[in-house]
Amino acid sequence: MTSNPGENSDNYDHDHEVLKYNDDSAHDYDEMGRYELMSEALKELLIERNVVSASEVREYLDFMDSRGEHVGAEIIAKAWTDPDFKRQLMTDGTATVAGMGVTMAGAELIVVENTDDIHNLVVCTLCSCYPRTILGLPPDWYKSKVYRSRAVHEPRAVLREFGTILADHVSVRVHDSNADMRYLVMPKRPVGTEGWNILQLAELVTRDSMIGIAGAQQPPV
Amino acid sequence: MTEIPDCIAEKRYSSGDTVQIIVAFPPGHRRIPDYIKGKKGVIERYCGAFKNPEELAYGFDGEPKRHLYRVRFKQTEIWDAYDGPEHDTLDLEVQEHWLKPA
Repeated sequence: MTSNPGENSDNYDHDHEVLKYNDDSAHDYDEMGRYELMSEALKELLIERNVVSASEVREYLDFMDSRGEHVGAEIIAKAWTDPDFKRQLMTDGTATVAGMGVTMAGAELIVVENTDDIHNLVVCTLCSCYPRTILGLPPDWYKSKVYRSRAVHEPRAVLREFGTILADHVSVRVHDSNADMRYLVMPKRPVGTEGWNILQLAELVTRDSMIGIAGAQQPPV
Repeated sequence: MTEIPDCIAEKRYSSGDTVQIIVAFPPGHRRIPDYIKGKKGVIERYCGAFKNPEELAYGFDGEPKRHLYRVRFKQTEIWDAYDGPEHDTLDLEVQEHWLKPA
């Protein structure tokens, strides 16, 4: 990377077709966007220069694909059933989930609890910081400029539009995830789930409830 | 308190302290949103010392580390026309160099 760009220009011969593996379009070809093309080119160069290997790229994609709301749901369901675990989780989220084999990839985890009087909502106004190792990739709306701006200045209106209507006595706590912390909302445990085990409870803990845009699912009556 | 040898200095604030966000508009990547500049809040917790994202953004090493706090603001303090009760709040992570005592 320190070489003179001029002397190496012959090595940058990447004028070939890039094969896509994520083509979900109906037709047999489609055009790559500018950023997609740049990211492919960068990946190829990094592999060519032995900065990363193709296997490492694949392994990381595999790891990220294995992350998803089921990871967060298990953490929350465990906290609902185990007061000691919940206390640890609220005190030191990063270390507590590490004990379950969940890494925070360099960030710190803060778990915030919804109660009868407090409702927490997570947003990242500056970009789209999100606890990806716990919830997987964020939904498109979380990354939208509309959500990122409105969630901080009119959170109750945004919550209403997602179907979450809160009484005035409930404090809405918005968490702007703008630096080194990542936030996971612990929704209220639904009434009528007494005696349920972790697996059963985890089914009720949705991605949206861990962002705080909704509550946990109610058990079937 | 815990010694952080690679940090810029001892931390200046503790939970419960009232602080104000500095109003400044330096060029470049800054990790403080404009909407919070000049607003007063209360330190909710000290998060630790982290590499400075405003340096990391340009390929520097981010050292010395900066103290990071979560500051809690009343929504009615931030937005003149906030549509909600007085007890609604917003928590934001703020590097110490964006804070001054209030």
